Amino acid sequence: MTESSTHTTEWPLWEVFYQPSDGKPFEHAGSVHAPDAEMALLNARDTYARRNEGIVIWVVPSDQITASSPEDRGPFFDPANDKAYRHPQFYSVPRAVKKRK
Amino acid sequence: MDTQKQLDDFQKRIDNGETIEPKDWMPERYRKQLVRMMSQHAHSEIVGMLPEGNWITRAPSLKRKMVLLAKVQDEAGHGLYLYSGTETLGVRRKDLIEDYIYGNAKYSSIFNYPTLTYADICVIGWLVDGAAIVNQTMLAKSSYGPYARANLRICKEESFHKKQGYEMLAKMASGTAEQKRMAQDAVNRWWWPTLMMFGPHDTDSPNSAELIKWGVKTKTNDELRQHFVDRTVMEAEAIGITLPDPDLTYNEETGHWEFGDIPWDEFWSVVKGDGPMNRERMKARRKAYEEGEWVRKAAKEYARKRELEKAS
Repeated sequence: MTESSTHTTEWPLWEVFYQPSDGKPFEHAGSVHAPDAEMALLNARDTYARRNEGIVIWVVPSDQITASSPEDRGPFFDPANDKAYRHPQFYSVPRAVKKRK
Repeated sequence: MDTQKQLDDFQKRIDNGETIEPKDWMPERYRKQLVRMMSQHAHSEIVGMLPEGNWITRAPSLKRKMVLLAKVQDEAGHGLYLYSGTETLGVRRKDLIEDYIYGNAKYSSIFNYPTLTYADICVIGWLVDGAAIVNQTMLAKSSYGPYARANLRICKEESFHKKQGYEMLAKMASGTAEQKRMAQDAVNRWWWPTLMMFGPHDTDSPNSAELIKWGVKTKTNDELRQHFVDRTVMEAEAIGITLPDPDLTYNEETGHWEFGDIPWDEFWSVVKGDGPMNRERMKARRKAYEEGEWVRKAAKEYARKRELEKAS
């Protein structure tokens, strides 16, 4: 009975996100194991929000998350590199207007 | 095999103070060392519930019982943050746990000592959690992102653990003669094992240099231990507790407290499994794991059935 791997049950993994307070964007907290979504929420609350760290929690099956790969960071985000005109600093305004602040 | 170019690039990232994330390239040895270190840390948090759990039913008041319950629950939480972090390195939690319950994985030796009186609970909070804070504050800046973030979360909660213990001990140390004796006796028993928590001296610590090179750690065992001693001496004095080391002296030049020889023979015998509580702790963990199996199974089956019902 004490042999290894007689106890093989492992619950699936869920990623946990929480909203720290009203109006704030959700943050990744970590992960939990749980048999279903409902239990995942309860486990996430007990693990990551014992001190009101969040007001809403999301749980997502970990295998449902698709992430960009760090090695491709260069080419993947490349399209953003040569569009300086997307930033306000690209534009000049009359001096008089600039001073007003 | 990791190529030299990959290793150099990796080292450059570390030296730049960059954070390594789960999907980034990392040397196989970095991954292995992290799995070992993080899972040991996780096992320690979990087994750490046992010496304190021992006193929940016999806490001296309802207030102390609530505090102890909350603290022990936090320890479970810390274990889970760390298991969650370790899993990002591509290992399964079940394998980590079984490697510890049936295999050779280690946990902190401090939890192989018994808690004989309630004063031990005070001292665990003050000294053991105090030492853990010193270590974890450093680890919160670790080069591996998930490990650093887990430690950051832990540190936020750990200061409550330390403060509640210190407050209780202060109260006990200013109580009746019997209470004072209990408080001092607990400190006498826990002081040296606590200093051993930082691990062997730097000269006997084969992993340290590599872990520091890779930014997993930023300070050596001896540096951390010294930092802990320096701040604990003052705290002991403030509540009328004597640290059981006649060699403890302040060095004006270095600004540090020098301390006596640590009983390393005892340390190695506890690490090898011959501490006062090693067998008991392993037995309790195995029992919890095996007796929990039907719950894991039943909950999984229940979830499967509900999924089927939804589908039909």
